[in-house]
Amino acid sequence: MDTNKLTVSSSPHLHAGGSVRSAMLHVLLALAPATVFAVYYFGMTALLTVITGVVAAVAAEAFFLWVMKKPITPVRDGSAAVTGLLLALNLPAGIALWLVAIGAGVAIGIGKLVFGGIGHNPFNPALVGRAVLVISWPARMTAWMGPGLISAATPLAIYRDSGNAGSYRDLFFGFIPGSIGEVSAFLLLVGGLYLLYRQIIDWKIPVTYIGTVAFMMWLLGPEGWFTGDPLFHVLSGGLMLGAFFMATDWTTSPVTKTGRIIMGVGCGLITAVIRLYGGMVEGVSFAILLMNAFTPLIDRYTMGRRFGAR
Amino acid sequence: MNTYFVIFFGAILINNFVLTRFLGICPFLGVSKKVETAIGMSLAVMFVMTVASVATWAVQEYILLNYDLLYLRTIAFILVIAVLVQFVEMVIQKTSPTLYQALGVYLPLITTNCAVLGVTIINMNEGYTLMQSTVHGFAAAVGFGLAIVVFAGIRERLEFADVPPALQGFPIALIIGGLMSISFFGFQGLL
Amino acid sequence: MSNLKVFTKGLIDENPVFKLLLGMCPVLAVTTAAKNGLGMGLAATAVLLASNIIISMLRKVIPAKIRIPAFIVVIATFVTMVDLVMEAFVPDLHSVLGIFIPLIVVNCIILQRAESFASKNSVFRSFLDGLGMGIGFTIALMILASVREIIGAGTWFGVSLFGASYEPMRLLTSPPGAFITLGLIIGLINVLKPKKA
Repeated sequence: MDTNKLTVSSSPHLHAGGSVRSAMLHVLLALAPATVFAVYYFGMTALLTVITGVVAAVAAEAFFLWVMKKPITPVRDGSAAVTGLLLALNLPAGIALWLVAIGAGVAIGIGKLVFGGIGHNPFNPALVGRAVLVISWPARMTAWMGPGLISAATPLAIYRDSGNAGSYRDLFFGFIPGSIGEVSAFLLLVGGLYLLYRQIIDWKIPVTYIGTVAFMMWLLGPEGWFTGDPLFHVLSGGLMLGAFFMATDWTTSPVTKTGRIIMGVGCGLITAVIRLYGGMVEGVSFAILLMNAFTPLIDRYTMGRRFGAR
Repeated sequence: MNTYFVIFFGAILINNFVLTRFLGICPFLGVSKKVETAIGMSLAVMFVMTVASVATWAVQEYILLNYDLLYLRTIAFILVIAVLVQFVEMVIQKTSPTLYQALGVYLPLITTNCAVLGVTIINMNEGYTLMQSTVHGFAAAVGFGLAIVVFAGIRERLEFADVPPALQGFPIALIIGGLMSISFFGFQGLL
Repeated sequence: MSNLKVFTKGLIDENPVFKLLLGMCPVLAVTTAAKNGLGMGLAATAVLLASNIIISMLRKVIPAKIRIPAFIVVIATFVTMVDLVMEAFVPDLHSVLGIFIPLIVVNCIILQRAESFASKNSVFRSFLDGLGMGIGFTIALMILASVREIIGAGTWFGVSLFGASYEPMRLLTSPPGAFITLGLIIGLINVLKPKKA
């Protein structure tokens, strides 16, 4: 007999039929094309990185839960696997695997479980893992590779040095050096549209995020107002991956409609500022982390007032 | 103009007083459980830090340097700040009871907020002019306010989170502070 | 409270850093290396001892109403002395610790001990209290600084520990690492020594 039917719970009782587990499966599915392309383009090393990321994240979650003497069943919701995959997709091809494992452990431990697990973490765990690696081992985290693991500068770095944008076709389909999962704007777009179609994510954050970056880059062009190259900046770097898969994280982004637009615009402005003037050539992950920090305040001030409340 | 821009945004984003320079940690951890109190504290600190920057600049320029008393700087500055805070408290109490009610409880705490003494000493070490000191004092306080209000927002939301018992209270607060400090890292190298 | 207890409580039970969370600014700022942590701890201990003794001596002279400003002047005097002495004899350490030496003035531990202990107790007991708190503060700084230096730089007191192939986790010596490491250490202490209800 299904005992669930006998459980008395508080409202709301209606349920859309979705669950964290199914949402996470959809996210994994949406990331699959970009991941498969990465393995084809960068070779087996990309596959090893992805496997290490996922396995280490899941193992870290089980291990930390066991240490805290809690049931390890939450591991089955798939969120740790998504964190591990997203972390791996944010790393350069050919990176040492021990780095991937440390990053995954930090992402799950410091990024998520210290706050009591899924739903409470203020910052996106995968980005926490990545940021810790960037701060700790900056040289390894910026050793970008092209196919065949030959060192190569990313389009954003080339553009900053020489103003040369390269071929839009290569940028769009992903035949460029960069982190494992960020290269193919096209396949990330396909995955993002799938999540929109499945209503796992909302259009407001990705659209306003990408739109703001495009506008700012066009506005603050190298030869004066409105001389920038918005298309190049939309297709390069981690923007597609960040805007569709990380800025939209349920736990760490605002729940209100206005709040989501503020989140997207804020991420876009910070990304543009870092790309234009920062010490790093790419700013997507730090922009999202910073807006994560602002999320509770955004929600607080965009939430409708309760009727009768002062 | 350019230098004011650099001083202003530098003190907020790159050398944030709380997250990078570690000044004003006590109120950051102590007065950040509620967003409202964090906002009240920030406003009081903004006021005091700006005025303290002006006052200590004058003391340094017209008294300490004139009479070759530079070695008394720490003592002189802390006295100036203590007197100033008392004075501000009295003025606000007389002129604006509403503001006093809002900020009153924070004012005595500000004397021992090391961000205030810190900013005045940094102003002198950097050799800032009166105008630069004022801008820096105000910007540093804005940076402090930004950090503490954002921090309070996160802590409020975590009130119902199932934080492991050993980490409840200050440990988790420190970890949040660390993650906020990480999120400001993207601005390194800016300006 | 026995004299022994007055001395030992600052070491563990009421450790200013790990238990009372006082004086956190220098704790986070200067603990990038064990040497800096030790230097800061000793400087603060010196000020704490001297101010506790003097304030205890003057406890019947200082009027209650202006006691806090009076305490601050006493503390600031000793801080200035320590500042000048360090500048003369250990200029390298002095420049690394930077503004955190003058900032000992507003370190809450020192004012708190003056207010809650030295102004109410005999000179000898205030001396013991200052010594215990100072050593407790120094030990805490040393623990945090050692963890950060060993993992974040691969050295301890500047001596390389793991050879050239070790790639230090620089996070720990960076500002975010200060917050996170201290948070985790306090968490670990809470696990090892559960609070008595």
